[in-house]
Amino acid sequence: MKIGIPREVEEGERRVALTPEVATQLHKLGFSLAIETQAGAAANFDDEQYRAVGVEIVEDPRELWKTSDIIMKVRPPKEHPELGFYGVELLGKGQTLISFMYPAMNQELLQDLSNHGVTALAVDSVPRISRAQKMDALSSMANIAGYRAVVEAAQHFGRFFTGQITAAGKVPPAKVLVIGAGVAGLAAIGAAKSMGAIVRAFDTRPEVKEQVESMDAEFLMLDFDDEDGSGDGGYAKTMSPEFIKAEMDLFAAQAAEVDIIITTALIPGKPAPELITERMVANMKPGSVIVDLAAEAGGNCKLTEANKVVVKHGVTLIGYTNLPSRLAAQASQLYATNLRHLLTDLCPEKNGEIVVNMEDEVIRGATVVKEGEVTWPPPAPRISLAPKEDVGIKSKAELEKAEPKKAHPLAFLVPLALSGLALFGLGSVAPPEFLGHLTVFVLSCFIGYMVIWGVSHSLHTPLMSVTNAISSIIVIGALIQISSDSPLVVILATLAVFITSINIVGGFAVTQRMLRMFRK
Amino acid sequence: MNSGIITVSYIASSALFIMALGGLSHQETARRGNFYGMLGMGLAVLVTIVGLVTENQVFLIGGIVVGGIIGWILAKRVEMTQMPELVAILHSLVGLAAVFVGWANALDHGVSLNSVEQAIHASETYIGILIGALTFSGSVCAYLKLAAKISGKPLQLPGRHLFNLGLGVLAIWFGVEYVAASPDGGFIWLVAMTIIALIFGVHMVVAIGGADMPVVVSMLNSYSGWAAAAMGFMLGNDLLIVVGALVGSSGAILSYIMCKAMNRKFLNVILGGFGNKSSGGSESAGAAGSEEDIKPIEADEAADMLVSAKEVMILPGYGMAVAQAQHTVFEISKKLRDKGVNVRFGIHPVAGRMPGHMNVLLAEAKVPYDIVYEMDEINEDFPDVDVSVVIGANDIVNPAAQEVPDSPIAGMPVLEPWKGKTTIVLKRGMSTGYAGVDNPLFYKDNTRMLFGDAKDSVDSILKILNG
Repeated sequence: MKIGIPREVEEGERRVALTPEVATQLHKLGFSLAIETQAGAAANFDDEQYRAVGVEIVEDPRELWKTSDIIMKVRPPKEHPELGFYGVELLGKGQTLISFMYPAMNQELLQDLSNHGVTALAVDSVPRISRAQKMDALSSMANIAGYRAVVEAAQHFGRFFTGQITAAGKVPPAKVLVIGAGVAGLAAIGAAKSMGAIVRAFDTRPEVKEQVESMDAEFLMLDFDDEDGSGDGGYAKTMSPEFIKAEMDLFAAQAAEVDIIITTALIPGKPAPELITERMVANMKPGSVIVDLAAEAGGNCKLTEANKVVVKHGVTLIGYTNLPSRLAAQASQLYATNLRHLLTDLCPEKNGEIVVNMEDEVIRGATVVKEGEVTWPPPAPRISLAPKEDVGIKSKAELEKAEPKKAHPLAFLVPLALSGLALFGLGSVAPPEFLGHLTVFVLSCFIGYMVIWGVSHSLHTPLMSVTNAISSIIVIGALIQISSDSPLVVILATLAVFITSINIVGGFAVTQRMLRMFRK
Repeated sequence: MNSGIITVSYIASSALFIMALGGLSHQETARRGNFYGMLGMGLAVLVTIVGLVTENQVFLIGGIVVGGIIGWILAKRVEMTQMPELVAILHSLVGLAAVFVGWANALDHGVSLNSVEQAIHASETYIGILIGALTFSGSVCAYLKLAAKISGKPLQLPGRHLFNLGLGVLAIWFGVEYVAASPDGGFIWLVAMTIIALIFGVHMVVAIGGADMPVVVSMLNSYSGWAAAAMGFMLGNDLLIVVGALVGSSGAILSYIMCKAMNRKFLNVILGGFGNKSSGGSESAGAAGSEEDIKPIEADEAADMLVSAKEVMILPGYGMAVAQAQHTVFEISKKLRDKGVNVRFGIHPVAGRMPGHMNVLLAEAKVPYDIVYEMDEINEDFPDVDVSVVIGANDIVNPAAQEVPDSPIAGMPVLEPWKGKTTIVLKRGMSTGYAGVDNPLFYKDNTRMLFGDAKDSVDSILKILNG
């Protein structure tokens, strides 16, 4: 099948749905590829690079839309600003479109696609289950957005992030507050941390505390019990008024203290919650920066303006909604790889033919239109992470319960007493010569016990071969007997000498060989 | 030569043997320790030959020379992966020698003894032959299992406990009869007991599963020591007693360490392998994850992950030995270390088929021992590890041991790679390990599976790292 990649036409969109590297991998799956000329230019991939890996370069995007079996894009399709055509109009039965589609907000698009009888997969509808992580473009884009948010903040922040003691005086480290520790939030924490800032993070879902702390950032806790903000599919849900009040108090206190706030709070299908009020902005130090990653959904701060940088109350508010596109090469590479993973799942035979298998949970979730029939929304995802953890905790508790009861403190005396009695019994009948040997035996056992515990674990194999060699000391017994008059005894003794000699030489030699191999 | 000199020589050899074992506490002193061992053995043999042998020197020299040459060849030829087999077969020789010496002693009694002494002497002979015979047949059987000449699966006859009990009762009965009939008769009882002991040895080892082999090998090691000690009692020779006790306790401690590393009771191991337990267990543990959660990768991705990591932990298992992949693994680790990646090896005590097996293989591949760590030393470090590479290991990295209370391996100490950032598992397919338990590690979010023969996989990783 032929995959076509048109150039993105959205204003300011610099990403591309195919990189030369991914192109070679898609060839291996059996697909042929065609790309609109200059489609990757904004992401630093020129036509030559594509041509070098066998991708056809096409001048007219209309031809691509018409002739490709599969169209791969970044943004949802829209009218071409110069050529004045709408890609979906050119599609027909048997063609497949893969891109971001935001089906909840784009019913009209779904209807258009359905009218043309095409199949459409929305990469933003890939269910967020562990198996599908490799094709989760929302996560890869969020990761970039989080990183870029810190870069943008640094651009507009008038000071260092890291603290320094210089000859010209002391520089305090910047304090960064990240609200919402999802993928973007964690990426922002990582970026800010590595630039040397003091990072704090807040999230309504207590289970992310560990992740935040693993990145060496401080997790801010509310003095508020019994509410867990985890919703389906790893997103947060809306919280109770009391909780929000406590939360707002916390933000108000933090706002006065921190230099940079990065907000990433989104609840799917709803406007972004207002977390930073105008009063909090006014309380921030002049020169502070707010990066609002929720700007497209209305913003976590009312003062943010989407796609703009504004200064209010001396605070810079950054409302860019195209942060991934501002890191176009990286974003294109990750997005194209996500698509490659999706295509790998769609093409199980690796023969260049895709099969939209509606039994497969991931493909089912992503497919929003199947051969003209709207299949969105999919049935609810079946897996949440939380119950798994419960099992872990429970089984641990059970393990502890299964611990045996503590023995009686004097129980150790029992074997001592028993062996004492046995020795007593033996001593009363055995001849002194035997007891002499017994003394040697028992003491040797203890010496062996003490010495062997000291042996390094890594030398256990040499230990076995050397003990093997020395246990052939039985040869002494054979040597004592070999001078006997009885021919049978001589034969037995000779045999014993023979086999113990194998053992002695073999055991010591192989030990030596092994020990010679151990080196620093 | 007077007997005083012989005795002090024996004292000296005993001391040398103790020093030999003591030397093994460190790699630096181990070679010197082995030298002490040879010195002790040489001294004891020499003094005995000079001091006690009066006739038949030709047989003696012939036996020593021919046996020595065979032993030398064996030691030079053996592959390090075959060490468990070699050790098992050497154990069997000790057992066989004990049987011969015991029999020779029973046939050739010099001094006359009073009745109590005679009874003790006869029982010593009897017990010595018993232990020797079961060590012999058990070791031969273990050798065959390790060399895959017979199936490694536990063979469990119906009513086997009753069978063992019967053999035990018979052995005691024959023993009583023999002691009563000795010194001039009762050989028929001795023959009968030898046969019973041989059967018992075979039966004991065939009932034990492949994963328990480290325990079996160290247990037989211990038995060979006890056989020597029993010979010492029989002959009234303190040197044999000392050495036998040293070896016996050494093997016993190794068995204990192995059992602890598998969280199993020694008696359970002896009384039968995982066989009967796992059939029920694997069903309950079977739902460790669904096939869809498996994330396969290719060698180039694995190589990328390794190169971009800072901390890499390599966790080898028996599969690496089978695939002979240790040399390539070392090449990879060297390459990565050259690139500034901190590569370490983590060894589980029961990895492989005998105690310390992996260490020897890695040493053979020239891996320096100071980057090879024990499980207890490195388990805490996993959270800082970027990539763990599991090569041919399964049960020893199975989180079910900690997470699934009714798993057959529950409570077994395991390496914990899942606590690190990413784990790459090199594996032929999705089969279970020797314990027959499914491994939830393969389904974890941060696990990537690199399917294929371990040798091929590491070869292609190395090729990518080189090119």
